[in-house]
Amino acid sequence: MPSPAFEHLRRRIAALEGAVVEGAGGTASLGPLDRFLPWCGLRLGALHEISPASPGPLRDGAALGFAAGMLGRLTMQCGKPVLWLAETAPPHAPGLAAFGLNPARLVVALPGRAAATLWALEEAARSTALAAVLAEVRGMEPIAARRLHLAARTSGTTVVLLNRAAAISAAETRWRVGGLASADAPRWRVDLVRCRGRSPDDGGVVVRWEVEWDETARGFRLVAEAGHRPAMPQDTRVA
Amino acid sequence: MTVAEALALVPDLRLAPDDPAGDRRLLTVLAERCGAFSPWTAPDSWPNGFGLWLDVTGSAHLFGGEATLLDTLVGKLEAQGFATRAALADTPGAAWAWARFGDRAAPVLSSAQHLAPLPVAALRLETATVQGLVALGLRRIGDLLPLPRPQLAVRFGRELVWRLDQALGREAEAITPLRPVAPYRIHLAFAEPIGGNTDLEEAVRRMLAALSRQLSEGAAGARRLALQVFRIDGTLAECTIGTNCANRDPLHLFRLFQDKLADIDPGFGIEALRLDAVATAPQPPDQTDLDHSAPMSDLPRLLDTLANRLGERRLMRLLPRPSHVPERSVSRRPAGNAVGNGSWPAGRYPLHLLDQPEPIEAMAPIPDAPPLRFRWRGGLHLVARADGPERIAPEWWHEDGIERDYYRIEDSAGLRFWLYRQGHYGTLPPPRWYLHGIFP
Repeated sequence: MPSPAFEHLRRRIAALEGAVVEGAGGTASLGPLDRFLPWCGLRLGALHEISPASPGPLRDGAALGFAAGMLGRLTMQCGKPVLWLAETAPPHAPGLAAFGLNPARLVVALPGRAAATLWALEEAARSTALAAVLAEVRGMEPIAARRLHLAARTSGTTVVLLNRAAAISAAETRWRVGGLASADAPRWRVDLVRCRGRSPDDGGVVVRWEVEWDETARGFRLVAEAGHRPAMPQDTRVA
Repeated sequence: MTVAEALALVPDLRLAPDDPAGDRRLLTVLAERCGAFSPWTAPDSWPNGFGLWLDVTGSAHLFGGEATLLDTLVGKLEAQGFATRAALADTPGAAWAWARFGDRAAPVLSSAQHLAPLPVAALRLETATVQGLVALGLRRIGDLLPLPRPQLAVRFGRELVWRLDQALGREAEAITPLRPVAPYRIHLAFAEPIGGNTDLEEAVRRMLAALSRQLSEGAAGARRLALQVFRIDGTLAECTIGTNCANRDPLHLFRLFQDKLADIDPGFGIEALRLDAVATAPQPPDQTDLDHSAPMSDLPRLLDTLANRLGERRLMRLLPRPSHVPERSVSRRPAGNAVGNGSWPAGRYPLHLLDQPEPIEAMAPIPDAPPLRFRWRGGLHLVARADGPERIAPEWWHEDGIERDYYRIEDSAGLRFWLYRQGHYGTLPPPRWYLHGIFP
């Protein structure tokens, strides 16, 4: 039985960390990945970063697929449209539908320059009209990322950054996605390398999964639980 | 007359090269500026007629009558250094003739009868026609009037009769205005020229409020607004904004203008502003609550902001287009109107399609088999799994199209690609392999 003072202190720390945000709170379910995340899902109104595991081709298929799956889960729950700020060309729309991301709910912008992308990103993060905004970026200044995170927290719009350069410090979660030999459905190795409220192990990974995209259920499916750390027991979880 | 002759006569003559395009540009700007007198203005469409048309029907009384209007107009233009002759008549043809050949003391032509003593050149005729008429002794318009029209038409062409009819008002002549008369227009002139950006913003804010009231009365919303800035030195600046759906919220429209106003250079000062709703769309009157008016929904606001800053072509929605050829299967549409029919093809498609299929070096063991390995952008990929072929033939109306055999390929590192082979083994030219897309 924890003392009331201890409980009060814990709540204050959670508030300072931005954990309890009235109105913007809420999560999107990522299916079987949820129980490894401290919020039992992907926090809405926060900054999430996805980066490819290998410095491969210009647009990494695995990272793109995982991002599309994440956006698909977000729109399915929220019902609002998604803005995709593409670097060179819009994503190939026929491929998106399989990830639950209906192209009719998608607005694509090609801002061109990095500064314009950042401006559009912040404008979108401030707006409450979107379920999420995805931007293809190459790194980001810490101050810009922090501003973006605050804007996202106020409006409740989830920001997903598909980043091909150095890690972005303000991100709430950072996912590293690489391709794996598939059976039939696309299969990826997904490393959660940063997660607010959890610390990584010696290899720099919080949790590692082998994930498949289930096209019929429109959700992630675990192939192997290669988690480096056991899931937190239910009662110690924050929130 | 040659330049040398002219210089001999007037030694301090100023010479400037002929610049018809520049003259035309200047005329266009002048025509825009004459918009203060009438919304219906245009530069003269006749190739050699360096003139301006103003249809002042119904606007002369605002300036104290026709004669006063002409005086004001000529005074304004001469103050800017243009030697000007102006005339006002019942028909464009008569006005054209009277402005060039008429009595400068009485610029308002009261009756077409006064045209009779004017030379035939006043009828806007080709030089050859004028010379032919003069050679026959037909020097004045009055000389033509008693002649039988059929013979005139046969001898000098239909143009002569046509021009004569236009001048006398027997045939209608339309003046195409420089810009279509916008049904919703706000004009704001300043007693003292303004120069500061804050002043300009405040003026635009007021104009938008007035325009919004006009639009609201007409149950319309703006789709495109054009702001013209008349500087005191006779130059013109313009900026436009567009919206994704009909809108008449002055605050929102002002935000769209705000970025562009910062780029406008006031020069020596701005004397007038004109705001036109160039394109409008029906918008039902706002439903207002008892306590406050209904707020505008957020998505159009965001899309407008993005489209105006990034450029309208850079913001799009993706709609299906009925074609099996992958690069033709998606059409990019403006983000505002997301009306689409048709559905997306079922099946597995890449998430990233290369702009141009990239040629690869591939090796297939037997015809119609997927390759064993291929080299793309310098990297060697060993094929671990393959699925195909899926044959996609271009539509028959594309003449140069060759059918493609697509394969879904997974390499040993777990990367998945969309390759295709164009052509067949055993035929000439030999088949070529391309990489077209990247699967998740």
